[in-house]
Amino acid sequence: MAPPDKSNLPPLKLHVPEPKFRPGDKADFSELEIPAAGATPRPDEAGAPDGMRDLAYGLVRVLDDDHDAVGPWDPRLSDEQLLQILRTMALTRAFDERMFRAQRQGKTSFYMKCTGEEATSVAAAFALDREDMCFPSYRQQGILFARGYPMIEMMNQIFSNSGDKLKGRQLPIMYCSKDDGFFTISGNLATQYPQAVGWAMASAAKGDTRIAAAWTGEGSTAEGDFHSAATFAAVYNAPVILNIVNNQWAISSFSGFAGGERTTFAARAVGYGIAGLRVDGNDPLAVYAATQWAANRARLNAGPTIIEHFTYRSEAHSTSDDPSGYRSAQEREEWPLGDPINRLKQHCIKKGIWDEERHAEQDKELAESVRATGKEAEKLGVLGHGMHQPFRTMFEDVFEEMPWHLKEQAEMAISERKEKFPKGLPRGND
Amino acid sequence: MNMIQAINSALDCAMTADPDVVIMGEDVGYFGGVFRATAGLQEKHGKTRCFDTPISECGIIGVAVGMAAYGMRPVPEIQFADYIYPGLDQIISEAARMRYRSAGEFTSSMTIRSPFGGGIFGGQTHSQSPEAIFAHVSGLKTVIPSTPYDAKGLLIAAIEDNDPVVFFEPKRIYNGPFDGYYDRPVKPWSKHPASEVPEDHYRIPLGTAKVVRKGSDLTILAYGTMVHVALGVVEEHGIDAEVIDLRSIVPVDIDTIEASVKKTGRCMIVHEATRTAGFGAELSALVQERCFYHLEAPIERVTGFDTPYPHSLEWGYFPGPVRIGNALDRIMKD
Repeated sequence: MAPPDKSNLPPLKLHVPEPKFRPGDKADFSELEIPAAGATPRPDEAGAPDGMRDLAYGLVRVLDDDHDAVGPWDPRLSDEQLLQILRTMALTRAFDERMFRAQRQGKTSFYMKCTGEEATSVAAAFALDREDMCFPSYRQQGILFARGYPMIEMMNQIFSNSGDKLKGRQLPIMYCSKDDGFFTISGNLATQYPQAVGWAMASAAKGDTRIAAAWTGEGSTAEGDFHSAATFAAVYNAPVILNIVNNQWAISSFSGFAGGERTTFAARAVGYGIAGLRVDGNDPLAVYAATQWAANRARLNAGPTIIEHFTYRSEAHSTSDDPSGYRSAQEREEWPLGDPINRLKQHCIKKGIWDEERHAEQDKELAESVRATGKEAEKLGVLGHGMHQPFRTMFEDVFEEMPWHLKEQAEMAISERKEKFPKGLPRGND
Repeated sequence: MNMIQAINSALDCAMTADPDVVIMGEDVGYFGGVFRATAGLQEKHGKTRCFDTPISECGIIGVAVGMAAYGMRPVPEIQFADYIYPGLDQIISEAARMRYRSAGEFTSSMTIRSPFGGGIFGGQTHSQSPEAIFAHVSGLKTVIPSTPYDAKGLLIAAIEDNDPVVFFEPKRIYNGPFDGYYDRPVKPWSKHPASEVPEDHYRIPLGTAKVVRKGSDLTILAYGTMVHVALGVVEEHGIDAEVIDLRSIVPVDIDTIEASVKKTGRCMIVHEATRTAGFGAELSALVQERCFYHLEAPIERVTGFDTPYPHSLEWGYFPGPVRIGNALDRIMKD
């Protein structure tokens, strides 16, 4: 074909993506393609990625509209496991509610809920071994609940109080627990992605059996670290699961600004030669099954998996955000994949192992336990009320041993304290 | 040994001593590195101990952070310091803060090796000296050797250190000390006493400077290539200068600096890096604060200019004998 005559062409146009619904718009998701539960085949875990391309464009779903678990991805969990996942998701939500209020009451500076996304951390964590290392973003608090991490430690961290294991150094919710396989959360997005790959490479180099799993939001897949992680994971066949929690929103920008208008996020896997799964992120059984599949694959030395969890961020990005400024208030109710807790609850009721009364009773019990733990944590102080870690700890752990310049600065800081409190330092301070 | 051989020997010793030491980077594996620093290591220690990586500095450092979190002791190589910038987020936000933000639960015991500095017609992207960027980051140690003996001892100490270390290797002096006279034949290390390098494992503590020339007229603070350039100028001018090779710029050996300047009363700082907010500014401030009443002349900084590193005009940029000599004249006149 001859090159077109440029004088006849329309001027070039820059495409700036725009979400379908803005504040005041009626949300309508009827155009979203939602495959039926049970319809997606489940390939062999050790299979080659190029035989699985359709999975990156489909949607693995187990729970159907009648609340039954159907199809080859049904993980066939025991009644006990189902109720444990249900309880842990409900606990995560109860915790979020309480901590959000604590921020509004001025007990801490900041909080982030994971409402609507509980399955993507809780069900995933239950499908991993306790020894596997999780590299979470800031919205996977459910992993800690799934692993039995003491709730009071989370609250101490949020309040930056005298019991805070991280010594008040970190912004609230940037938890860390090596013993629970929960890697230290960083404020810098997607940095944990190549780190998870490196951890998995080390495990493989050492002939270990442990694997790594990383989480990031769909917005952060635009970071360069996403690309480097996927490249290294593919090159070294690293035993790692790279989770993308596609909750449709990165603060105020919709998934189109991360490239979501033209393809799925799971489809990124195809270009790297990695197995890619796209999963109903509000279906706890589908999340469990996909994680279990990817974990088996990693343990079989069959390589990494990218899992896109298709879900919806039901609440504000953080306590500093107001979504009514950029998206339709109706989206949450109209979201076609429902609520993960409600869906698992209905499934358990359908199976005859649960009922509305027991669920309401459990919610009350969880709320009470969160409240009581909150009271305990508050005894160790809340932000700004003076019960924090000793002042000198600010200078510790910068290096293994404190060099001369930090020793000098620590002395200066402590003498400033003495000047500020001439009648003696307040309780819990030195 | 020349400096490359000393570095290769250090890596070999560290890998032999600790099975968790792993080397990774672009071209470091089978080929042995573009400067030959890792030659033979893959063959000797295996592909999982010394391996090639994709061309991705953020990936190399990010993966190394994860390996260190697992408990290994990675030694990633960045082929040129000029190309370390894609890895900066992982170095600054992650490796340097890991111990602090996790209250010691996770650490980043790693040594990032990278050839740096000019004087080789490397142009803009094979000549830079970005040490000040790293010196400014809490939680990082920055080390720069100037001889084969120091390179081996410092590199082993850096690898065995439990903090992240940026280890800059002055590539101009890989093969021999350089006095700044680019138009004279290159001297090989074999004629220099510091080329006597033990085959065995030894360490030089980080954070310790070395007085390479004792003197009473003034103190010259330098590191890397500039140690040799400064020494040459001092001999030519017949000035009894005390020349200190800092070796570590963070933590810097303040006691050695302070004692020397209080003795001589004059201080000159020499580095290749650009002037504004270079590490010389920090050194100058430290000396001014601690030795103010002993100073008999303003502190001189002899540095590269505040321009990108030029190709054809390299010897007009490089802080060579003329610029250092003029500064010596000024500081000794006061």
